Amino acid sequence: MITEKDVDHIAQLARIKLSEQEKQKFQKELELILQYIDKLNQVETVGVEPTAQATGITNSFRADEVNEPNVKQSQELINQAPERKDNLVKVKNILDNK
Amino acid sequence: MDTKNLTIQDIEQGIEKKEFSYKELFDSHLSLIKKDNPEINSFLSVFENDEKQKTGELTGIPCAIKDNILIDGKRTTAGSKILENYVASYDATVIQRLKKAGAVFLGKTNMDEFAMGSSTENSAFGPTKNPIDPTRVPGGSSGGSCASVASGMSVFALGSDTGGSIRQPASFCGVVGLKPTYGLVSRFGLIALASSLDQIGPITKNVYDSARVLNVIAGHDKNDSTTVKVDVPDYTKSLGQDIKGMKIGMPEQYFGQGLDEEVKKIVVQTVSKLEKLGAKIEEISLPHSEYALAVYYIILPSEVSANLARFDGIRYGYSDKQAANLLDVYMDSRGFGFGDEVKRRIMLGTYALSAGYYDAYYKKAQQVRTLIKQDFEKAFEKVDLIVGPTTPTVAFKFGEKINDPLSMYLSDIYTVAVNLAGLPAISLPCGTISKENIDLPVGFQIIGKHFDEQNIFKLAYCVEKNK
Repeated sequence: MITEKDVDHIAQLARIKLSEQEKQKFQKELELILQYIDKLNQVETVGVEPTAQATGITNSFRADEVNEPNVKQSQELINQAPERKDNLVKVKNILDNK
Repeated sequence: MDTKNLTIQDIEQGIEKKEFSYKELFDSHLSLIKKDNPEINSFLSVFENDEKQKTGELTGIPCAIKDNILIDGKRTTAGSKILENYVASYDATVIQRLKKAGAVFLGKTNMDEFAMGSSTENSAFGPTKNPIDPTRVPGGSSGGSCASVASGMSVFALGSDTGGSIRQPASFCGVVGLKPTYGLVSRFGLIALASSLDQIGPITKNVYDSARVLNVIAGHDKNDSTTVKVDVPDYTKSLGQDIKGMKIGMPEQYFGQGLDEEVKKIVVQTVSKLEKLGAKIEEISLPHSEYALAVYYIILPSEVSANLARFDGIRYGYSDKQAANLLDVYMDSRGFGFGDEVKRRIMLGTYALSAGYYDAYYKKAQQVRTLIKQDFEKAFEKVDLIVGPTTPTVAFKFGEKINDPLSMYLSDIYTVAVNLAGLPAISLPCGTISKENIDLPVGFQIIGKHFDEQNIFKLAYCVEKNK
């Protein structure tokens, strides 16, 4: 049902680099898990509302007030980035310069 | 000074009688950690006490925190290589509350990577051993937290429970683990696994301590919009109350095929004792139970694939410095930083949510989730609480299930439905089974209605006193 090519595609979508060995391993394992999950098709669900939240809260509002900026914390968060320039997070080229 | 078995109440009495000081108490725990942790591997990091003593509801009580809950200035790995050097820059809400209550932190505890697993064998930093039998797993994912309490290295610990990650290891280690109602305890500062299921809860030596810790950490938080504005009672008040007339349901599906005969015998004996104390036992049915695990393994990986997208090698955590372009930064950092189980679940979720499969998998799972929730609602029209085993077997051996993901998943068969329905549930020890001359604990699970932790505590206390 799920092929190695599918695994390759999913890994690409999920942005995870896999070795050839991993692709073979995950193909087998995902296949088995999906077979198990297929038992859900035994359940009749026509007209059943999906549940995303179990306790029934729909919206949770608060007053739209500006909090005091926490400069120290903002700085600490930026400092977590592996690559920085000045006070900015630095990333690699999106397009290759060829 | 032997502090191994001290509970919160013992400590408060000891302090009052001047048998020991707070400093002696902390140091005694620290020296036990230094002695036993190299073997058990319960802690990933250990703190010297640098906090000034505060006075509150948990003054001077030494505790351990699962390594997916942030403490400002402390390394927080979530058991993953991708966060090996990550230092938290703020306190989780539960940590703020524990600090205010005067609790002191011993360190951060080991776990399956990003809380994905049932044995701690998925930790990037080596497994934790079960203190009762080191050849067996402590359960997971909060295995380090439960082992720290079971071995006396901490008085209590915090864990997180998404499909059984507090209750299953509590059962394997013979301690008390509570998964509160979804929305009772703030998850702000908890590294997210599956946001519609995650909940933080206490792991303690007894039921009383569980109530004491919940008193401190429960309640609305503006930083977690799923927390509910309910009045938080004093949970210790319901301990010791009479259970006469209480209606208790035994779901036939939790006592059927797959349940170890010896585990079944002990759980049934426990129920008989409750009946003698005046509880009314009723057989009930939760007809969609057999689908809970399949629902869970669609909803959880789907939410995981979204939540773990933030680990991109750009913002924080491990980044592959050799990558040539942006795409390679993502691919290489995640390919190297994540372990097998995390990759497996991200891919499963990515697949379930991908174009053309959404209705067949995710929507279908959410619909069956509704049916599972309705099973409980119907049952709770007839009974006050539902009881059964926490796990189908006692603690298993290392290596027994690690190469077979599905058989590992099945050890959460009695716990996942509770998360899908957002209900509160506790696991506490109710007896032991002797294997190779070692007495291994059996966990008794009590499930309650939304926000009815009080009745759970009432019954749990009764089970504990009549063991």
